[in-house]
Amino acid sequence: MTPVEQAGTASVVEVDSLQRLEQTWKDPGGFWGWFTHVNHRSIGKRFMVTAFAFFLAGGVLAALMRLQLSRPENHFLGPDLYNQIFTMHGSTMMFLFAVPMMFEALAVYLVPLMVGNRNICFPRLNAYSYYIYLFGGLLLYAGFFTNTGPDVGWFAYVPLSGPDFTPGKRADIWAQMITFTELSALAVAIEVICTTFKMRAPGMSLNRIPLFVWAQTIVAFMVIFAMPAVMLSSTMLLLDRTVNTHFYNPAEGGDAILYQHLFWFFGHPEVYIIFIPGTGIVSTIISTFSRRRIFGYTAILLSMVGTAFVGFGLWVHHMFATGLPQMGESFFTAASLMVVIATGTQVFCWLVTMWTGKVVLKSPMLFALAFFFIFIMGGLTGVLMASVPVDLQIHDTFFIVAHFHYVLIGGAVFPLFAALYYWMPKITGRLLNEAAAKWHFWLFFIGFNLTFFPMHILGLRGMPRRIYTYPSAMPWRNLNLLASTGAVLMTVAVLIFIVNFFWHVKHGEIAGNNPWGAATLEWATTSPPPVYNFAELPTVNGRDALWDASPQQPIVTGLDDDCRQVLMTHVMDADPDHRDEFPGPTPIPIIAAIATSIFFIGTIFTAKAFFPGIILTGIALLIWYWPKRQASLRRRKREIWQR
Amino acid sequence: MATLTRPPRPVLDVSHTPTVVFGNRSIIWWGQWGMMAIEGTMFAIFIATYFFLRTRETDWPPGFALPAMKWGSINLVILVLSCIPNAMIKRKAEKGQLQAVRLGLIVMVVIAIVNCGIRALEFPSLNCVWDGNAYGSATWTLLGFHTFHLVADTLDSLVLTVIMFATPIEGRRYQDVSINAIYWYFIVVTWAATYLVIYWAPRWV
Repeated sequence: MTPVEQAGTASVVEVDSLQRLEQTWKDPGGFWGWFTHVNHRSIGKRFMVTAFAFFLAGGVLAALMRLQLSRPENHFLGPDLYNQIFTMHGSTMMFLFAVPMMFEALAVYLVPLMVGNRNICFPRLNAYSYYIYLFGGLLLYAGFFTNTGPDVGWFAYVPLSGPDFTPGKRADIWAQMITFTELSALAVAIEVICTTFKMRAPGMSLNRIPLFVWAQTIVAFMVIFAMPAVMLSSTMLLLDRTVNTHFYNPAEGGDAILYQHLFWFFGHPEVYIIFIPGTGIVSTIISTFSRRRIFGYTAILLSMVGTAFVGFGLWVHHMFATGLPQMGESFFTAASLMVVIATGTQVFCWLVTMWTGKVVLKSPMLFALAFFFIFIMGGLTGVLMASVPVDLQIHDTFFIVAHFHYVLIGGAVFPLFAALYYWMPKITGRLLNEAAAKWHFWLFFIGFNLTFFPMHILGLRGMPRRIYTYPSAMPWRNLNLLASTGAVLMTVAVLIFIVNFFWHVKHGEIAGNNPWGAATLEWATTSPPPVYNFAELPTVNGRDALWDASPQQPIVTGLDDDCRQVLMTHVMDADPDHRDEFPGPTPIPIIAAIATSIFFIGTIFTAKAFFPGIILTGIALLIWYWPKRQASLRRRKREIWQR
Repeated sequence: MATLTRPPRPVLDVSHTPTVVFGNRSIIWWGQWGMMAIEGTMFAIFIATYFFLRTRETDWPPGFALPAMKWGSINLVILVLSCIPNAMIKRKAEKGQLQAVRLGLIVMVVIAIVNCGIRALEFPSLNCVWDGNAYGSATWTLLGFHTFHLVADTLDSLVLTVIMFATPIEGRRYQDVSINAIYWYFIVVTWAATYLVIYWAPRWV
């Protein structure tokens, strides 16, 4: 490893220096202090808790639907409420749980630790993106609880969601919630890319970045190119609804299919945005619990990149039923089948890793293995549906519902629980109870298959999705009851997890730095990490940082400890490049987020809110941007310009 | 001074590394390019939308007169020429030449304000209304979207100019000026594309 020069040796750690670091990096406590945090672990935990709360809310909605469908001609929920509930369930799970949890929460908390630095790039933007996400979610639920919940499906197709068929504010709230959540994800995408490319520990060249960090970085790129499409499509929907534009109005030269193109140009990459972090988690956990290096690092990495690229060329397979030209459909069928190559490569690499390793069946590993089973089943039905004739047959039936729950719960929720069992000891410093984890796992696994496997058959028997009830003459009764029973098991499983979580905070076994004997840098520091993450910034000697570290692995010195100075490294080889200073605690992110929210929410109700809203936001950004005199003077005194 | 002893370890001393860097070494350069990638994607998708809507009509523009070229073309000329002072200010900033940067910023702000003024004249010369038909909606929204960026960067430059006169100058401010110049190029490039779509597409396609 050439970039690390050995300039001297240190034999003592100054306690004073640690205290200064603590003082510098600490975020204030107390109620008001809470709103000024800019530390990535603090914000990451908020993302996790909030996204998990939305997961529970979405789960309750799902349970209500299963209750409603458990028997024919049930009148527990009326059609209008049922429409709101399935729309809220889908929107919550996709926009308020899956992406914020799999991407934002995990990336914000883990990426800076895994690359060995003290905070995420652009910490105030990070805090801002959390509040924006939170406010967007609250907006959606405020609408729902005032009987203004969107009721047009999670993709809100026009013309149903247009001004003619959905008067009132329901669809507007949905459209603006999209703007909130996508803005938040886009901000985090920039932070993650900058953190991965510029803030890695010296020695962590591009080909030594942990696969989980690569996964999140690839997802960040996908977010940048996919999310603008849905922000635009939903904004154009809002314009059609509020200021009488005609983008989707066929009577005035607009087109309803345009909406579907724009939505799915985002919507298909979205699926990969949700499951590529899952594959990153699985790669990490399989390596740790097979007690060996991951087999085929480069192949897995290229597979993820390949999946990300191909993911942008598949969107039309969601639209086979709209009567597109056959040539186009054939192209998208072929492209859809290509995904199997990339995903298959990863699966075989994991299999070889386990085959040639020594597998330890702890709870994270169980969830990772379940991911194999369930995700591959979802993938197989996906291959079926890539074929146009099959797709036309099962379009809008419960077969689709079964397929995407296999893909999304298999590709995201199982890896997520794996990740929570795996990284929770780092976050809280204590291990979750393993016996309870196994109960959670088996109940969830069995419950999941009981709920969703019958839906394949229901779909083949012709049961359409999004119906609030069905006549008893239909042959759907028993399978629906079975699916609802499975939902009960899943509910119990999640409750066990929640109890286990609250139990472990006080009574869990103390984890220590590295309870799993894992290889990545987050395990090099204490659990939970100190406010400055690493007392001495690490350097890296190989792909598996801790397994490859030499006994004389150098540490980084020379960073100021009286301000939040961080080390920046070169993009390719991660040799030290320069030092930058990050901002300390500040309430400006939440002020800016409130201003932005007034702007976004105001424009739902009147176009006149546009200019006041934007001026308010502009003022907030001006305060954000304005230099702080003291810090400027201090920095100027120590300035070293690049040569 | 209290100390904890532990076995001696080799160290990598970074105290000599710079604190003021430009170009792809600096994180705000990466952040700015990330933002431009997002905004650029929005422009690209919106332009694709425009041409998608074109395929739904036989005449283009449907039911409206052609947009008048004058003000948009003048704005294009001004924006292209503004690249010269923009390039100079970027170079001066990266050398830390305060007087040149201050002067350059004033010039750029004046140019940007002129652009905004002309932009206000462009909307009436589109010869269509946004709620008339889909063509009108797309044209107005595309021009509005670019105007949003133009006005944002004008204000950004204005604030930066005030900061360069009113607050203690440090290396970061020169980084900001350099990044602001990159963003101005983005305004110019996206205007070239937007101009072609709004004014020439109705004549060519």
